[in-house]
Amino acid sequence: MGNEIRFMQGNEACVEGAIAAGCRFYAGYPITPSNEITEIMSRRLPMVGGKFIQMEDEIASMAAVCGASLAGLKSMTATSGPGFSLKQENIGFASFTEIPCVVVNVMRGGPSTGSPTSPAQGDVMQARWGTHGDHPIIVLSCSSVMDMYELTIESFNLSERFRVPVILLSDEIVAHMREKVDLSRIHDIQIIERKKPRCASDDYLPYLADPETDVPPMANFGEGCRWHVTGLTHDETGFTTQNPDKIAALHDRLHRKIENHRSEIIHAREFYLDDAKVVVFAYGCTARSALRAVREAREQGIRAGLIQPITLWPFPDEIVLAAADSADVFLVPEMNMGQMVREVERSVCGKAAVFGRSLVTWEMFTPGKILENIIEVRNWVTSGGSSE
Amino acid sequence: MGDVRRFLRVKNFPHIWCPGCGNGIVLRAILTAVDRLGYTKDEVVMVSGIGCSSRASGYVDFNTLHTTHGRAIAFAEGVKIANPNLKVIVVTGDGDAAAIGGNHLIHAARRNIDITTVVFNNSIYGMTSGQYSPATPHGAFGTTAPYGNPERPFDLCRLAEAAGATYVARGTTYHAKALAVLMEKALKNKGFSLIEAITQCPVYYGRLNKLGSSVDMIMWQRDHAVTRQEAEKLSADDLKERFLIGEFVNSPAPEYCEEYSKIIERAQSISGGKK
Repeated sequence: MGNEIRFMQGNEACVEGAIAAGCRFYAGYPITPSNEITEIMSRRLPMVGGKFIQMEDEIASMAAVCGASLAGLKSMTATSGPGFSLKQENIGFASFTEIPCVVVNVMRGGPSTGSPTSPAQGDVMQARWGTHGDHPIIVLSCSSVMDMYELTIESFNLSERFRVPVILLSDEIVAHMREKVDLSRIHDIQIIERKKPRCASDDYLPYLADPETDVPPMANFGEGCRWHVTGLTHDETGFTTQNPDKIAALHDRLHRKIENHRSEIIHAREFYLDDAKVVVFAYGCTARSALRAVREAREQGIRAGLIQPITLWPFPDEIVLAAADSADVFLVPEMNMGQMVREVERSVCGKAAVFGRSLVTWEMFTPGKILENIIEVRNWVTSGGSSE
Repeated sequence: MGDVRRFLRVKNFPHIWCPGCGNGIVLRAILTAVDRLGYTKDEVVMVSGIGCSSRASGYVDFNTLHTTHGRAIAFAEGVKIANPNLKVIVVTGDGDAAAIGGNHLIHAARRNIDITTVVFNNSIYGMTSGQYSPATPHGAFGTTAPYGNPERPFDLCRLAEAAGATYVARGTTYHAKALAVLMEKALKNKGFSLIEAITQCPVYYGRLNKLGSSVDMIMWQRDHAVTRQEAEKLSADDLKERFLIGEFVNSPAPEYCEEYSKIIERAQSISGGKK
């Protein structure tokens, strides 16, 4: 086995992760700062017999991804803020019709055209709730180039296993920086393929789920089990229904197939939580600075810790709540006006104070800034919590 | 060969189409062409958007995909590129294909990807109860054109031709047998084919424009549709009130999926089989 350590850009690592995971279809549209994913895909996919197409717009690229997945190819697209908004209707389609696919969103400053070449973390709520209606979704967050490799693979695995669109969030910093990537990680990761029906084609009920997993086996178009895919509310047959019980059953199952497997889906990196009094909750590029700030705080004798969620949605309530047992205060630095801070607040159930810190200059949080914030909230605690 | 009823999911009937609607005639023409070409049910994929005509996908026993409004062609391109052996047919309406989905239509035509798109043109948004569409004639009435339509309609066949479609034809529900022949030729074309099927919506378009019954509307098609050969004999004034039917484009060109397979060969020869 040759040397599998590479020096790569985040966006490039994402492409290599996708190909390693078995991605063989990519549809994209030019947008900064995710362009390199689309460009490198156009070069790399045909080398492995895959298909690449640059569609006429973001909506079409999400549509083509759904179509290609139904025809049997692991499929992906990548975009950034404005393009992510345009894709939302078809992301909802994929969620409701249970089409496995991966959508990478390299976050940039928004709203609107915003700051196309600058990092931000303003789409964490859009990733969860961007499409209309209640819907299952899984969202992962990258903090390093290695993450972009490994979590792209994980995104495909989750999407194939749960038949759900998986959103991989990155940001302009993580996508454009260059770091060491260990491609040999792929040898330790099992690649998951969608479960196919074993029944005779006449007996195939496309939305009859395995009761253990709540995920129905999926037939690819052209392989003999003909079925109907519709964005209309449907029953187990795949055809539309107006039966209230069947409508509720579908929504319950779509919810269950994720919620009942939270422990297998949710991952977070935990640092120094055992005795932490000040817990920083940080994701994406911000988590990098947060880790250094936490270590510096420890050097100053402050019992600080870090939760770096890999899974943003479903939200890691259990991990946050567990940390709240020993913590006095949580600090949530985010490159937005305060989005995940409310989720943290909700999860700690009043067991600790929660402070958010927003940065919307589209410059990265420095370790020094986060350390300053750690000291501030620690002082708030030691002064009896009277003033911030 | 034989009865096209074998292609129907009869268990899903009754269908949602109103009495007198022409959509069933257009669907039959598609199924007749599929039958004549001997396609198996497993190899056909029917993709549709949103609207009355797009509900057709639920009634046919193929691999069927009822998508979002306007996006059927983009979904269909994903299906076709992923598995070029599949026979991909898009069914769509004039609002779905020419308004919200207009961009996908022209770009699929430009790529010349092997998909046959059938636009059921009833001149109105039927599903949402009668709003004017990009195919509603100037001056005609819709629920959103209560004083008459101030806009001009698209000529969808000329649009598709200009965008690069390699097979383009227009038929009507009156000329049902000819429509099936056009469908067959469209499906045989290795490239992007567009069939515009003029169909009647007596419930909304007919009623709002006082066009009479479904039969009256079909007779209107008979009296106003002319072939190009017939048109040559008519004066400009006579032509004003008429529309052309028949084949407008049948000119094969390199097909997208075949071109992309060359890209794969090229990439693999350059990379020397490197994975």
